[in-house]
Amino acid sequence: MTAFLDIHLRRNNRALLAWLVLGGLLVYFLHIHPRGASIGVLSAWANQGTALAFLAVGQTIVVMSRGVDLSIGPIMALTNCLASHLVNGGPLELAFGIAIVVLAGAVCGAINGIVVVVGKIQPIIATLATGAIYSGFALIIRPIPGGSIDETLSELTTGDLAGILPSSIVVLLVLVCLFWLPVSKASLGRSIVAVGSSEQAAYMSGLKVDRAKIAAYTLGGIFASFSGLFIGFQTLSGDPSIGLPYTLNSIAAVVIGGTALTGGAGSVLGSIAGALILRTIGSLIFFTGLPPLAQPLFEGTVLLVAVAFGATRLLRINNRLEVFQ
Amino acid sequence: MTEGSSFLALTDVTKTYGGVNALKSVCFEARRGSIHAILGENGAGKSTLMKVLAGVTQPDSGAIRLQGDNVTFANPADAAAKGIVCIFQELSIIPDLSVAENICLTQPPKTAFGLIDRKAQDRLAARVLKQMGCGEGIDTRSRCADLPLSKRQIVEIAKAIVQKPDVLILDEATSALTASDVGPVMDLLRRMRDDGACILFISHRMHEIEALADTCSVFRNGEHVSTFASGAKTHDEIVQLMIGKPISQVYPDKPAEVPVAPPYLDIHDLRWGDQLKGVSLSLRPGEIVGLGGLDGQGQQEVLLAIAGVLRGTTGTVRINGRPAVHRGPKGGKGSDMRIALIPEDRKTQGLFLSLSVRDNLTVSMLDRLSRYAVVDRPGEKALVGRMIDLLKIKTDNADVAVGTLSGGNQQKVVLAKWLATDPKLLLLMDPTRGIDVGTKQEIYRLLRRLAGDGLAILFHSTDYDELIGLCDRALIMYDGRVASTLSGPSLNEHNILSSALNLSHDNSGRETAAPTAALAEGLA
Amino acid sequence: MRAVSFVTSFDGPTKAIAVAMLLLLAVGGAYYHQFLSPMYLMQQLQNGAFLGIVAAGAMMVILLGHIDLSVPWTITASATLATALVGTSPEALVSERGLVAGLGAGLLIGLINGLGVAYLRIPSMIWTLVTNNIILGVCVFYSGFYALRSQPSPVMSALGAGQLFGIPCAVLVWFAVSAAIVFLLRRSRTGRYIYAVGTHEPAAYLSGIDTRKVIVFAFVVAGLCSAIAGMLLTGYAGQSYQRMGDPYLLPGIAAVVLGGSSLFGGRGSYSGTVAGVLLITLISSMLSIMQAPEAAKQICYGVVIILMVGLYSRAAPAN
Repeated sequence: MTAFLDIHLRRNNRALLAWLVLGGLLVYFLHIHPRGASIGVLSAWANQGTALAFLAVGQTIVVMSRGVDLSIGPIMALTNCLASHLVNGGPLELAFGIAIVVLAGAVCGAINGIVVVVGKIQPIIATLATGAIYSGFALIIRPIPGGSIDETLSELTTGDLAGILPSSIVVLLVLVCLFWLPVSKASLGRSIVAVGSSEQAAYMSGLKVDRAKIAAYTLGGIFASFSGLFIGFQTLSGDPSIGLPYTLNSIAAVVIGGTALTGGAGSVLGSIAGALILRTIGSLIFFTGLPPLAQPLFEGTVLLVAVAFGATRLLRINNRLEVFQ
Repeated sequence: MTEGSSFLALTDVTKTYGGVNALKSVCFEARRGSIHAILGENGAGKSTLMKVLAGVTQPDSGAIRLQGDNVTFANPADAAAKGIVCIFQELSIIPDLSVAENICLTQPPKTAFGLIDRKAQDRLAARVLKQMGCGEGIDTRSRCADLPLSKRQIVEIAKAIVQKPDVLILDEATSALTASDVGPVMDLLRRMRDDGACILFISHRMHEIEALADTCSVFRNGEHVSTFASGAKTHDEIVQLMIGKPISQVYPDKPAEVPVAPPYLDIHDLRWGDQLKGVSLSLRPGEIVGLGGLDGQGQQEVLLAIAGVLRGTTGTVRINGRPAVHRGPKGGKGSDMRIALIPEDRKTQGLFLSLSVRDNLTVSMLDRLSRYAVVDRPGEKALVGRMIDLLKIKTDNADVAVGTLSGGNQQKVVLAKWLATDPKLLLLMDPTRGIDVGTKQEIYRLLRRLAGDGLAILFHSTDYDELIGLCDRALIMYDGRVASTLSGPSLNEHNILSSALNLSHDNSGRETAAPTAALAEGLA
Repeated sequence: MRAVSFVTSFDGPTKAIAVAMLLLLAVGGAYYHQFLSPMYLMQQLQNGAFLGIVAAGAMMVILLGHIDLSVPWTITASATLATALVGTSPEALVSERGLVAGLGAGLLIGLINGLGVAYLRIPSMIWTLVTNNIILGVCVFYSGFYALRSQPSPVMSALGAGQLFGIPCAVLVWFAVSAAIVFLLRRSRTGRYIYAVGTHEPAAYLSGIDTRKVIVFAFVVAGLCSAIAGMLLTGYAGQSYQRMGDPYLLPGIAAVVLGGSSLFGGRGSYSGTVAGVLLITLISSMLSIMQAPEAAKQICYGVVIILMVGLYSRAAPAN
């Protein structure tokens, strides 16, 4: 058992660290918050980070397959705009609307995967291009911010659950458990990790490399659509231009959460912590009386520290050829 | 023993890579219940044959029949589905996954919900490792990237046998194993044969083959030259079949006189981590010294340390009488050291495959070829012409990508690139791996000529014939130390082998008690 | 396909783009005659100059197999710093120290980028994202406290908006930068080293190249190019402004990749990059003239990249 714990910690120590940092930040945030630790404060805090956390989960899955999805923000914007048209009306219409929105995210993700696999285009450039296309469609669907989204659903997802837990966090965890956990425990999830770790070895082992890649991007698209829906629940409208900063922040969250961009390993939970850390800093600055303009600098510094951790591996390298890996 | 007729048959299989015939109309058969050794030099087509059988590449023409049915494999998964599994040289291990996850990668045990059953997976992996007789010490939950090479190779083998293949192909699968693990793996293969498996065993270790194989097939230059029952031909006859001519013609004559100049390279008590444990050696201008032994005993590390690639070495390295303090190949090529390192893997370390022959030839000496950081083009052109002539590099012109050249010519480019820097000390890592006999012979002659001109040459080789044929002196390494220094008449196969296995000095009763068996099974 | 692109002046991608542009002009010119007027084409060169200079820098880094995501805020920060200094002492000659400081800022940012990638071995995609965020942070922080001036210096205005013999000065600057890059890549030792390191860094290291210096150098050039673009943009627009660099990051990378350079490094020709810049500029301008909505522009842009790059990678020999 100790051996198992040891191995488990060694594999996920960066994610664990991210959670510890998040815990510390959250305690401090609740401590200095004028209204103290209440469920209302906690829910507001969670709402701020949930959209980014969804994106970070999607990005992590893509990164684990040694890809990257620069279109994840545009998919989120596109699905958000779609939601502002479709997620309205009676229960049946709502269910239908949500299904269409998630399906749209999945289709966008699958297109990314197909472009990468069939077009043999490097992920950065492929998703950069598809991202432009998705942004274009978002603009067509909703040229200027607006529309409306069902308010009951909004209250359900952004409020709290029985006064104990922020419902946004519950929704986040439930969806991760429904859409990623089973995959990660099945052959498909293992193939995604295997392809990211060594594509050649995965091919030689008879795994379906192309299918794994397309699946990773599709899951990325699905989580981006959750993010688009959640933003909709928060703002009750659709906005075609919200994507760009979210893309880069999702990568930052993945890095802070301890997933290496070189693929093969990663922690979805770590990335959630990474996303929440990024958002907590913003709130902290607001309440500590630091100038709000210092927020971007502060976020940058946190990212810097997280990245500097990765550089410590150099100290352990004694064969200069290994530096290049 | 169960079935006599051919289980697996290839007819007229041809495969061409960029103008090079890797397989020329090969016809080949293998039976169930037999271990079939495939011999041949590097580049003879063994590996291509294996890749065709395992579905990694597809033949240009020809047919594969399995139990009489024509089959085609689009990818390794196809081949595995038909019962053909190949063990590569740690090529199919996923570094970030655990031992158990790797072993069960292709067909993981599943729970009722279709998810992977981790407990069953751990149990299965542990059982397979135990069954192999050499994997008990491996924790099934540790990450493969954290394991030493020899253990990863055991995982690689376990991963293949867990699929219970009808046809098992081993491509140099034993070369990375430690000597004590080779025996159990060979026993395992014999058990599988007795259970009716068809085992294709690719190796260049003659003694391993003699101990294991029922049938041998020899390949040369992409052609299937001969097939015979194991033991029907002598060692020398087999080698002659493999290279196509008597061995004695391959190597140039050694000079009778031992050079007397003071050593150019002098190493004392060189240590690095747990891989070099106090290596001392000296090398005079005009000498060719070889480093031999089993794989991974520190031979490469000695060369890398001299070249300044390793960090944190202790002990002294003196070049031309002065202590060498330099950091890496850039410092090493300076006028005070004149070290040239020919790296192990020419495709990834020695050459820039997509760049031109010209760029590759001059990349190491552009600092001397340019004025004010601008490249002197006429000077460059002259140098390139000179090097192409000197090494007889076969290329249409200097502007073609070096990746389009044959393996032998590529290796000549690597040599030429460093000879252009006018070195005094030449360090070579397995310089003839994967090149044809003709080019090998040219390289041997060139090295001998360079030594005659006063170069000090230190090379590492996995081929003991090469050590015997080319070296003035051979240092056999074992566990980070020089186990013995052999020269003159004592530089022979038997002494190399016993030093490589550390038999002469080793105290452990087991190996000394059965030297012949150990020799046969653990040979490098 | 010739693999050694820096000895061949016009490779496949360059030709493909040239054909695409001629087609665009021919078809477009049939409907809108102004597409073929010298005035219009000169205006395209002027528009393309800024992107061209950014792409030149991006290419240096991409040839090494790296990427520079700090372009937006390198442009903005160098411009902000330059105009702030111009504001403190607006006299004609003294104010030019703003220009010098702006270029210096680009150099410094490039140096920091290069040091992190080459010496700390942090993947460039992350490291330059970090530096971009930090510069953004610093800029936002400072510009919040001081009312910074945003007027360009006379030289910046002249270079950005002026003309010489009827040719926009920005185009001449682009020309000069291009000449320098071509010389660097084709004639200098460092150029050879850039291709070598980009092809495979361990092999370059074992060939006796100080690969870290090469990487730092390329990032410094990229930073400098971004800063030059920042100075010209300020001159052209008559002011520096927040987020002025944002529209140049992705098109800059896209232009290089459209020009046939591989993001894995080691492969690409400068003529291709120039062609890529011209194609992107032409497409967006033609769509503007045809009054296509922003959405159509974005979609068009994405489709063109996927088609062209997909074409190259499928035409290239398999690895």
